[in-house]
Amino acid sequence: MQKEETARDAAGGRLSIRNVTKIYDPEGVNVMAVDDCSMDIAAGEVCMIVGPSGCGKTTLLNAIAGFHSITTGEIYLDDQLLCGPSKPQASMGADRIVVFQHGALFPWKTLLENVAYGPIVQGSMTKEQAHALGKVMLEEAGLSDVADKYPGEVSSGMARRVEIVRALINSPKVLLLDEPYRAMDALTKSIMHESLLEVYDRTKVTIFFITHDLEEAIFLGDRVYVMTTRPCKLKKVVDVNIPRPRDYKILSSEQFRLLVEEAKEAVHEEALKAFQAGERELA
Amino acid sequence: MSKPTGLAYFWYTLEQRMATPTPYLTMFGLSLWIFTYWLLCEGLEFWRFGKIPGPVTVLTDWFARDPFQGISIFKEEYYIHIWSSCRRIAIAFCIATGVGVPLGLFMGWSKAFRDYTFPILEVLRPIPPLAWVPLAILMFSGFETPVIFLATLASLFVTTLNTMLGVDSIDEEYFRAAGCLGSSKWQIFTNVVVPGALPFIFTGLQISVGVAWFSLVAAEMVSGDYGLGYLIVDSFMNNVTVPMVIGMLTLGLVGWGTSVMVRQVGRQLMQWQVKELAQQDR
Repeated sequence: MQKEETARDAAGGRLSIRNVTKIYDPEGVNVMAVDDCSMDIAAGEVCMIVGPSGCGKTTLLNAIAGFHSITTGEIYLDDQLLCGPSKPQASMGADRIVVFQHGALFPWKTLLENVAYGPIVQGSMTKEQAHALGKVMLEEAGLSDVADKYPGEVSSGMARRVEIVRALINSPKVLLLDEPYRAMDALTKSIMHESLLEVYDRTKVTIFFITHDLEEAIFLGDRVYVMTTRPCKLKKVVDVNIPRPRDYKILSSEQFRLLVEEAKEAVHEEALKAFQAGERELA
Repeated sequence: MSKPTGLAYFWYTLEQRMATPTPYLTMFGLSLWIFTYWLLCEGLEFWRFGKIPGPVTVLTDWFARDPFQGISIFKEEYYIHIWSSCRRIAIAFCIATGVGVPLGLFMGWSKAFRDYTFPILEVLRPIPPLAWVPLAILMFSGFETPVIFLATLASLFVTTLNTMLGVDSIDEEYFRAAGCLGSSKWQIFTNVVVPGALPFIFTGLQISVGVAWFSLVAAEMVSGDYGLGYLIVDSFMNNVTVPMVIGMLTLGLVGWGTSVMVRQVGRQLMQWQVKELAQQDR
């Protein structure tokens, strides 16, 4: 166990978020989206962020990915400053790759071209090398049949799996997932979960996963971070001590049920507050 | 099962198409239109329509070896008119596309560039091509260049505006995804901005080729030596009404042909869309 931890640390992917605050002022009125939020995510941790809609979880993800600036505080990835007072907005980079809620595979490229895109534009591989590696990785994920199709020709579940492969080909330190399975039915979702767990067991990449679904959070995560309603800060951390590899049998276990209860209590309180405030979701 | 190819595929699609009501409805609509035309001009000689050549007169002259009023498919002059107009359209459309697409792409991509250029475009755009005629005659010599200039102008604005809107229509998430995957600015331009704007660009080009015909004919009517627009006005002046109608119908057919060509090129370049639509059975 100890040995595995050090191996993970060497690969990198430790995220530390320190006293981050984000204030929007869309109409001259300050709206605090994130308030003094701190968390430490270990390398190789599956970190699930749960909170009421519009609480500012995505703001946090956008700050890590480099899509938005932060107002105060610092975010580090393995002791390297991503954003802080001297540099409010992180630069985007292939060490932190986002998988989007509605999917963002380029519709004008085939699935294989999408997967091979990262290494080609970074200049780390030639087109032939990238395509060859892409084919191998799609095959590993059981997706080799669809390599030459366009994203519009496959199901959203399939597209989301390919999007994860497109991220992994760059060996990112952190995978940022913004409610990627939100719009899916329960059956597709469970297949998605299995495939993500399989990917995680293979790569041990740090996963920063935003969701509303508590069962999803506990089934997938090492730790579940429950956030307060806007402004967003850490309310409670639930440690999930269910051993890996996990499968669907744990869903009916007593331990799983108790963890869900524990998280639900914290989330429900915040959801009620958010509902009463009637706040609109922030971008 | 393998897909049929070549001639077999052609027969397959033809058979499929004949099984739908589309070809029959088209035929019916067309005959109804021609019948009304005939009824108005020849059958009943309805009031002022009596002066207009009806379908029988037009068709007999159009396909006559020795046409009564000088223009038919056997006359060299007919093809000179068509060729002059087509060549002007080709030149004008190429210039308008070559300038308009890059201009629109950069306007959509760079905020600063848009701030510089958009007000000028918006002021010039509403000025109709006919209002440019005097200026075109003053600026350019001869018949050819002013006509091409006028045809270019109108389609340039359409192409530029549509391309710019095309870039605006691209979902922000594609830019973000490309950024995450380590693209440089230029790589984002070639891999996201250009293909992302293509559907709008081709909608724009289809309108633009129509607008080019529109202003070309207007220009040919004012100044010109050959061309379908010239043929129409010249016949009217000389009181030969059959070539006038032949000119109009030819214009319609050739214009339709150019639209189809633009659409086909678009389909070739946007296979992803074609396949996506095929999945939805469209």
